[in-house]
Amino acid sequence: MTTTVAHVHGETDAPYALSHLDALESEAVHIFREVAGEFEKPVILFSGGKDSIVMLHLALKAFAPAPVPFTLLHVDTGHNFPEVLEYRDRTVEKHGLRLHVASVQEYIDAGKLRERPDGTRNPLQTVPLTEAIQKLKFDAVFGGGRRDEEKARAKERVFSLRDEFSQWDPRRQRPELWQLYNGRHAPGEHVRVFPLSNWTELDVWQYIAREGIELPEIYFAHEREVFLRNGMWLTAGEWGGPKEGETPETRLIRYRTVGDMSCTGAVDSDAATLDAVIAEIAVSRLTERGATRADDKMSEAAMEDRKREGYF
Amino acid sequence: MSSTTEQVAHLADLAATTLLRFATAGSVDDGKSTLVGRLLHDSKSVLTDQMEAVEAVSAQRGQEAPDLALLTDGLRAEREQGITIDVAYRYFATARRRFILADTPGHVQYTRNMVTGASTADLAVVLVDARNGVIEQTRRHAAVAALLRVPHVVLAVNKMDLVGYQESVFAAIAEEFTAYASDLGVPEITAIPISALAGDNVVDASANMDWYGGPTVLEHLETVPVSHDLTACPARFPVQYVIRPQSAAHPDYRGYAGQIASGVLRVGEAVTVLPSGRTSVIEGIDALGESVDIAWAPQSVTLRLKDDIDISRGDLIAPSANAPATTQDVEATVCHVADQPLAVGARVLIKHTTRTVKAIVKEIPSRLTLDDLSQHPNPGQLVANDIGRVVVRTAEPLALDAYADSRRTGSFLLIDPADGTTLAAGMAGESFASTAETTVQTDEEGWDF
Repeated sequence: MTTTVAHVHGETDAPYALSHLDALESEAVHIFREVAGEFEKPVILFSGGKDSIVMLHLALKAFAPAPVPFTLLHVDTGHNFPEVLEYRDRTVEKHGLRLHVASVQEYIDAGKLRERPDGTRNPLQTVPLTEAIQKLKFDAVFGGGRRDEEKARAKERVFSLRDEFSQWDPRRQRPELWQLYNGRHAPGEHVRVFPLSNWTELDVWQYIAREGIELPEIYFAHEREVFLRNGMWLTAGEWGGPKEGETPETRLIRYRTVGDMSCTGAVDSDAATLDAVIAEIAVSRLTERGATRADDKMSEAAMEDRKREGYF
Repeated sequence: MSSTTEQVAHLADLAATTLLRFATAGSVDDGKSTLVGRLLHDSKSVLTDQMEAVEAVSAQRGQEAPDLALLTDGLRAEREQGITIDVAYRYFATARRRFILADTPGHVQYTRNMVTGASTADLAVVLVDARNGVIEQTRRHAAVAALLRVPHVVLAVNKMDLVGYQESVFAAIAEEFTAYASDLGVPEITAIPISALAGDNVVDASANMDWYGGPTVLEHLETVPVSHDLTACPARFPVQYVIRPQSAAHPDYRGYAGQIASGVLRVGEAVTVLPSGRTSVIEGIDALGESVDIAWAPQSVTLRLKDDIDISRGDLIAPSANAPATTQDVEATVCHVADQPLAVGARVLIKHTTRTVKAIVKEIPSRLTLDDLSQHPNPGQLVANDIGRVVVRTAEPLALDAYADSRRTGSFLLIDPADGTTLAAGMAGESFASTAETTVQTDEEGWDF
């Protein structure tokens, strides 16, 4: 990586301009430091997906050479990709971090949550997530949500106040002015914080390439046994597929998002390198979630409804 | 549509492009949603699945053509009522630049929404219906842009197709608006005749208005200089967080982390820490993991100083040669953004840069009427969407600049200490509002100043 000065002078014509990636990075770091300065017990939601990996990378840079002053929280649906869980644990160990895991499977086993008829576990994450926040008394919860993902998310604030039930009310949001984030909250309430609010999918990939960040292998083209359900290529496995009438086949695919195996679809792709992935996304005519998320297709306001209930 | 090869060729450059933040303002039926939809659609920023969703909903409602407003109205209530509730942020890119658009609703609560959108904008697009010309609402938008000191304002004269694309209609509106906005102190105004519905001069140049030789809206957005006045101002560095690893590898490291609010900082520079007034010299600048000699706004960096002095979150580091004064008496213009009123005597919190202190509202000398910019003296309180002058006494000194000099170190929030509500957005120092006040006072006999 070149130095910051050379970086900027080489890429833009004005002497004191920042490239758009530098501007986004600087803004996200500012948000991390604001939270560290103002809250008692923040936590980073870490799924091992690219957005949370970029968040962790930014947090590492924001506080270097000191360690990241936050713990991590993963809501494990029980249907996660094994490669991603392996990546998660390796990353936690590498940086000497502490990981909390909230398990959907434990909730189901204890009879506190019921499996949905469609087998999708993504909506079930909300209860273990909100209960973990309450139990561990987190007052700020970093999420990797980006406003470009979905139209309800375009309405989300960088600092999003949630009540004691973690609910989001889009009509009662605080105006967010300048870079002055208001994190005041009553006991029991918390703030969801989205440092990547202003990033797009392409920004995330270009930043990963620029910073040389390692990702789980499932983001790159590989052969995998998949089957078609509701127009999505889902990974075959013990979690619940293929059912009768669904035929598994081996295809060259990759994932654009990482989530629960029951609702995260693969895309046909031969993009095996970062450059190839970036080239593929730049010409894609489908949004990230439109291409790969079954849960957003449940209704026109699926994301809004889940966010209202406490989803991130 | 540009070919795949062309798009891939842009890729290498995209990471290096600059970012323009802009806001749109317009009243209810002047076609703002159509303009935003047209900008996104014609710049190929709407992807197939989003467009399919819009087409499906439009067809289901029995509409003949896809309703581009559905691209931007994201909430259940917005779609049900066909209105926009709150500011939304949109992202799009061309080969030349990346854009963050603050899409602000035009009706009710317009002032706080536009203030929110304009607070971070480098440019504001004010929409006017060519049939109606400059109306009260247009003057409000111009006034808010001036008050927030948005560096560039675009007047988009829309619905030119409905006035026969006449140059004289456009010229009259452009002249009236430019005169009004210049009086308010808007530094740069560009007027563009458009039809958002027909696509004239939004992304593509219009064949219907060959008398117009200027840029389209998108061309202007792509080429307008992104404001660098932040680096021309004196340096200001609000301390966010103190980094002290106390590890075997870094036993003595003590760094002051923050985002440079304005100006340029160099290693070797003599600095003063406010409000304590202690001085030192910048020993090193760590720019997110690498050591640099120089850094500028808005970079997030970590400063190391030669001397171990007491510095914590909320302090401000500035060049000793050009440090701001500190004060406990803040005079400012505020936009009231909460539903609960702000009254004289209210005990509040003031959040300025990284510092939050207790304060009391001593006076509310005037409330501004945006329609004619007249001042109403001593209103007693401000309610939602009011803009007024306030005098606030703070419990501790603040190192405050005038908002005219720095949007970052001249701005603040007033917060209700009881429930944490953001009450008001503040801009320290004089504003155009103070000039209008004298006009009102001259109307009254007996005042001799």
